[in-house]
Amino acid sequence: MTSTLTPVRSKRSALTKGQLPKYAPYAVLAGALILGAAVLALIGFNPFGWGLVSAILFAVGLVSWSAAVEGSRKAKDKLATCLVVGSFLVALLPLVSVIWTVLVNGIPGLLDPGFLTTSMNGVTGAFDNKAVESGGPVMGGIYHALLGTVQITLLATVISVPVGLLTAIYLVEYGHDGRLAKAITFFVDVMTGIPSIVAGLFAAAFFFAVVGPGTKTGAVAAVALSVLMIPVVVRSSEEMLKIVPNELREAAYALGVRKWRTILKVVIPTAISGIASGVTLAIARVIGETAPILVTAGFATSINSNVFGGWMASLPTFIYTQILNPTSPSNPGPSSQRAWGAALVLIILVMVLNLVARLIARIFAPKKGR
Amino acid sequence: MSKRIDVKDLNVYYGDFLAVEDVSINIEAKSVTAFIGPSGCGKSTFLRTLNRMHEVIPGARVEGEVLLDGDNLYGPGVDPVTVRSQIGMVFQRPNPFPTMSIRDNVLAGVKLNNKKISKGEADVLVERSLKGANLWNEVKDRLAKPGSGLSGGQQQRLCIARAIAVEPQVILMDEPCSALDPISTLAIEDLINELKDQYTVVIVTHNMQQAARVSDKTAFFNIAGTGKPGKLIEYGDTHTIFSNPVQKATEDYVSGRFG
Repeated sequence: MTSTLTPVRSKRSALTKGQLPKYAPYAVLAGALILGAAVLALIGFNPFGWGLVSAILFAVGLVSWSAAVEGSRKAKDKLATCLVVGSFLVALLPLVSVIWTVLVNGIPGLLDPGFLTTSMNGVTGAFDNKAVESGGPVMGGIYHALLGTVQITLLATVISVPVGLLTAIYLVEYGHDGRLAKAITFFVDVMTGIPSIVAGLFAAAFFFAVVGPGTKTGAVAAVALSVLMIPVVVRSSEEMLKIVPNELREAAYALGVRKWRTILKVVIPTAISGIASGVTLAIARVIGETAPILVTAGFATSINSNVFGGWMASLPTFIYTQILNPTSPSNPGPSSQRAWGAALVLIILVMVLNLVARLIARIFAPKKGR
Repeated sequence: MSKRIDVKDLNVYYGDFLAVEDVSINIEAKSVTAFIGPSGCGKSTFLRTLNRMHEVIPGARVEGEVLLDGDNLYGPGVDPVTVRSQIGMVFQRPNPFPTMSIRDNVLAGVKLNNKKISKGEADVLVERSLKGANLWNEVKDRLAKPGSGLSGGQQQRLCIARAIAVEPQVILMDEPCSALDPISTLAIEDLINELKDQYTVVIVTHNMQQAARVSDKTAFFNIAGTGKPGKLIEYGDTHTIFSNPVQKATEDYVSGRFG
């Protein structure tokens, strides 16, 4: 019986002839790294140049080896793979570098006693000088700025979400691509491109005219941020409402349900996960705005929990002022440490918001279970 | 709990385009009427005008009268919402609400209209509607599960249960079996036979055997050519239409010589 079976070959299969061995990329990589280090040693070593030269050597080596053994089709495939992976690494580089820099510089600031629970009220240059000279802990914190950021962003969201969502509902459900709908779409597109400082100036000028000159409060900043947020919310909600199948609307109409109840009870619940994550991403987009807040809320060193009165600090303006006007001009170290700490907190906030967006999308998504 | 429909000289337009021309038809109460004809001849368009669902499509409008037991659906001051709560509709593709459980899907007509209903009444209504749609035994243990987890045929019967839960006078079905396998189709056809004891059923179908199996009367629609309006060619007892039609076009179509 055994004679009828083809014996399993211990040597390489005829079907895999003419292929590079599996270890080929690793071997080429090792060679490229060594050769790259050698080349760099001749002209003066630096890690960036080493990576670049090694990458080029790797691509050239792998592609030419593949061309020699496997033929031109496989070689082109390897070349394309090298280009795609290379572009990916280039795109990733700034991101990793930013996160690394902020982590390294921010963690000491974050670990300062009372960094998250105290404000800059009463912290003068003398404290910073003492901290530098005697090596004591850096005083002062970002509580006021954190509070301001949270309040301003929250108020901006409260303003933008109803306006943006209702606009999107009008565009999708009632606009019928008419003139008004087209005009709104056009102006929303224009608003998306408004520079943030212009939005800030608009809000400042608007409140100067309505309330009085010199009005700088958290609420003015929130209005400026909502000018930036509304187009984002409109756009994302519009896309989400558009992909709700028409059949669901028809099903509701055929049951004798009114249009507004259909929208409220069928269309929005079906799209809510996308809308919610769109809103969260819009918040993440405006939470780091500096310029519009600087001209609308000013900056403060003490805690102000009233969003409708008085100047207010926020994380981006805190970073800006700490870097530009250090608390102690002769010893800017502690100020820059606080600024990096605040930057780290800001990045963590944005990251948490993105995670929340994903969580919301998952919680509200239509259930698929059986 | 069923009413007859009389259509007089109905024209349907999409903008300036005349889609269906001059249809007059009398649909008996407690009967199954099938609309057959080639694609694009206006069957579905005409069906939608029977509960004003065509108004969802921008630019669609009608001229003529549709009488539900003598009341004109297109009379002045008639609210399309009232019309649709009396004349339900089942669509080509099953479309249960994805955000709702099976139970909530059945109750959708009541709950979406914000009518108050006690839990006991709701339970009775859910059981009655699902039994009416021959779905109760299959889903009674998982009423709280989402409707989208059911098979295509079960989803379509869920949609029928949802339609009969609002207790309409007439049920319109727009090719209800075209997305289903033969077994599920059979289940729906059996259901249509039971539904006609209580409701007036109007069904659009591309399947002539189906029309012959389920309907009491059949209407044949045809179109003279692309860009021309669809017309009602012949309307009569299903048996007559399929065995001994008056019009040559009908005979050609039902015998498979064209279309």
